[in-house]
Amino acid sequence: MSNYRIQGATGEWEVVIGLEVHAQVTSNSKLFSGAATAFGAEPNSQVSLVDAAMPGMLPVPNRECIRQAVRTGMAIEAQINAWSRFDRKNYFYADLPQGYQISQLYHPLVGEGSLLIEADEKAGIPEDKVIGIERIHVEQDAGKLMHDQHPTMSYVDLNRSGVALMEIVSKPDMRSPAEAGAYLRKLRAILRYVGSCDGNMEEGSMRADVNVSVRKVGEPFGTRTETKNVNSVRFVMQAIEHEAMRQVDVLEAGGTVVQETRLFDPGTGTTRTMRSKEDAHDYRYFPDPDLLPLVLEDDFLAECRASLPELPDAKRKRYVEALGLTPYNARELTAEVETFARFETLLAETAKTIGKDEAAVATQVANWSLSVAPGVIKALGDEGDPANATAAAQASILAMADKGEISGGQAKEIFEIVLRTGRDPNEIADTEGLKQVSDTGAIEAAVDAIIAANADKVEQYRAGKEALFGFFVGQTMKAMQGKANPQLVNQLLKGKLG
Amino acid sequence: MTDLTSLGVKELRDGVAKGDFTAREVAEAFNAAVAEAADLNAFIVTTPDHALAAADKVDADRAAGKDLGKMAGVPIGMKDLFATYDVQTTAASHILEGFQPRYESTVSQKLWDAGAGMLGKLNLDQFAMGSSNETSYFGNVASPWRKAGSNQPMSPGGSSGGSSAAVAARIAPAATGTDTGGSIRQPAAFTGICGIKPTYGRCSRWGIVAFASSLDQAGPMARSVEDCAIMLGAMAGFDPKDATSLQMDVPDWEAALNSDLRGKKVGIPREYRMEGTDQAILDSWERGKAWLRDAGAEIVDVSLPHTRYALPAYYIVAPAEASSNLARYDGVRYGLRDLPDNVGLQDMYAATRAAGFGDEVKRRILIGTYVLSAGFYDAYYTQAQKVRALVARDFERAFEQCDVILAPTTPTASFPLGSMNEDPLTMYLNDVFAVPASLAGLPAMSVPATINADGLPLGLQLVGKPFDEQGVLNAGLAIQQRAGFTAKPEKWW
Repeated sequence: MSNYRIQGATGEWEVVIGLEVHAQVTSNSKLFSGAATAFGAEPNSQVSLVDAAMPGMLPVPNRECIRQAVRTGMAIEAQINAWSRFDRKNYFYADLPQGYQISQLYHPLVGEGSLLIEADEKAGIPEDKVIGIERIHVEQDAGKLMHDQHPTMSYVDLNRSGVALMEIVSKPDMRSPAEAGAYLRKLRAILRYVGSCDGNMEEGSMRADVNVSVRKVGEPFGTRTETKNVNSVRFVMQAIEHEAMRQVDVLEAGGTVVQETRLFDPGTGTTRTMRSKEDAHDYRYFPDPDLLPLVLEDDFLAECRASLPELPDAKRKRYVEALGLTPYNARELTAEVETFARFETLLAETAKTIGKDEAAVATQVANWSLSVAPGVIKALGDEGDPANATAAAQASILAMADKGEISGGQAKEIFEIVLRTGRDPNEIADTEGLKQVSDTGAIEAAVDAIIAANADKVEQYRAGKEALFGFFVGQTMKAMQGKANPQLVNQLLKGKLG
Repeated sequence: MTDLTSLGVKELRDGVAKGDFTAREVAEAFNAAVAEAADLNAFIVTTPDHALAAADKVDADRAAGKDLGKMAGVPIGMKDLFATYDVQTTAASHILEGFQPRYESTVSQKLWDAGAGMLGKLNLDQFAMGSSNETSYFGNVASPWRKAGSNQPMSPGGSSGGSSAAVAARIAPAATGTDTGGSIRQPAAFTGICGIKPTYGRCSRWGIVAFASSLDQAGPMARSVEDCAIMLGAMAGFDPKDATSLQMDVPDWEAALNSDLRGKKVGIPREYRMEGTDQAILDSWERGKAWLRDAGAEIVDVSLPHTRYALPAYYIVAPAEASSNLARYDGVRYGLRDLPDNVGLQDMYAATRAAGFGDEVKRRILIGTYVLSAGFYDAYYTQAQKVRALVARDFERAFEQCDVILAPTTPTASFPLGSMNEDPLTMYLNDVFAVPASLAGLPAMSVPATINADGLPLGLQLVGKPFDEQGVLNAGLAIQQRAGFTAKPEKWW
């Protein structure tokens, strides 16, 4: 249960949130035409006759777009509808050449599914929570109006016109901005795991319509507003916060919340009215007569399922149960495609180099991947070339550490040189003197010298002042210029001090 | 020398192939006939150079010993609903006046590939909406036919009225038509020619200005069943650019023509005996039965119980689709733009569409918008779709008892231009016999049967099972052979 509440003058209010996420399907061509879909191309350079709605042009569904939406549905364990249909949503606007958007109102491709957001005490999510997903349907994107090109005229860019979108509609299951943020991040991760959307919110590949209402705890849902086209996780959270507060203020002042469409202003973090229900379009949805119902064959569905990668939840579970990682490390490593990909490559390489099972080295590799390596890379900044941080080089460093040949500090130093120069870690350790001394004789000599030079402290230690052990370790390490194997130092000191 | 313009598709094609005359001679003869026939107003633009270029190509191919296409040497008229590369394509509307596509419709391209040439773009009812060819922005088409002893201009039918007039007047041996709710069959019947609407999906709709997507089908209009079979063979075929296109082989309809109907059953739908049908039409229907019986067929009674609901359902479904299909004509990207000073986008839409669409088009957009509106959708559109399914089921059941259905094409013969404009509903009734087959997506054809007391042609309609164009053509051929329809309009233009 989320404990997020808005403290109003009349008591506590609960926020109810549903999200409609528009995710651009990763594909080379548009939903119903062969035109390309690259971001940032010259205006109107990726427009086919179909996208421009020339007379007599007809839509033909792009199989790859359908496949990606089906795979996405499978990834959220949703009902896949083997029979679905496209509908026309009719309205006039200059960025909508056909005068209608081809969408799926009545029979969506994907039915009910769900997504898990994980407990995150810091973010105010006390426990794991399942968020219901109502449906996913596929539809065409519109073009773009440009109002800044001419003093009195607006220009139209149809590059996006007809690009395939998945509209992923959640149930009103979220109760705090943090839950909405977690939902969006998780959804984005799943889309990126599956490869059905690049999740790039800055380029508009993912945008959310945010439905918010407030109610006193235990009461029925209140009237909701929909804030359109919010394009970052942070903005979504801001929009919810602001909109919920606004609604509480309205209600507590004795007013009523008006069901309306609102716009988010990233500059001020506030929302404002776009159009009210009275101005709402009557979209006159009806089945698109240019398209037959979409019927998915068993073979097609089987291929979609077989092509799914291991998904975030399964991966996280495996990291904990099979690799023995902490839940925190497992969550951090599985959050992004790039992160787990780097981790898994390094894990395999390290296990091979050391000659142990992956499980035996996983914690070491996880700590290295999540904190040690990023710390060195960050500290070095532009002086290092991340391309030098190959899996082989890092595995060599980890292997030396595993054998006790180098200390943690030496590992960082070696990695720093690797990043700067691309040299071989083993060679660096040898030539730069970055190896621990595991020679018992040398360490023993140092220990003996220190015991001899500090007879008074030895006396005190033996009398029970055990805290002095650290002093002897420090002195020995200093004498060894920090290169002694700490385990050996401990062992020898314990023996000699008695 | 034979008057080349009196010849049909088959005779022209075979004559060119044999060397009796050149394709260029044919094209020149028809170009001249077209030029003389301006009074018919059958063409919106003429394209004599296109016809000549195609003809020269055929003559050169023949000289080089190359294989000639199915339509080699035959110049045709192209209904101005088909997009033609660099040739004005208007759908007979002001809003598309001057529009020159940089693409060619699949059907027209297939015809050019088969060796046909284009005489010009044929007039029609605006956006194919109309049954009399009186809704064109470019003026009415006059039928070449007139009542005996009268100068009153008559309707060539619609919407393919330019096509029917041109073929009947012998200024084109054949023409393309499109049929949404009778737009090939009704004008064919009014002008004493043949026209077939194939099974929905046989001809690609790509590049045809859409009226009602779930109903629109292209088909040929010509003066004989054989000519229709030849031309349909050149027009039909799967097109990956049309998602509703049939992925089926195109049979050689011409080669398989056979008017021996022994073993075939012809169904007579009792619900087509409607009030308001001319006695002469009923009489011609009786004669049709006799001709088909004579060809060896057995005549059986069948029932199509939902026939009376077909027309109202059609006038919901077709305008609904049209209201959406015509939304793209908005003045933004091509065609007419009417942009009054200091106004916004909505005003530009309103001004452009007010000026660009004719009354009948506006009427249907209004009807279509209404029936799709929230609160009315279920009562109208959903209900009409249910009726449509029932009409289709009627045919399925009837075809368990017969192979082909015989009915009149229209309830009356052609009427004088201007005589039906008072009440659009009376006009809509013209398609009462044609619409059911459209709703069911079935192949249907009109063939000339006889002449009425006024000297005007009457047609008979044959409706076949899905994909059985052959059965329709064969029954049509049997009627053609027995009807002995040789009447032709006297030249007044």
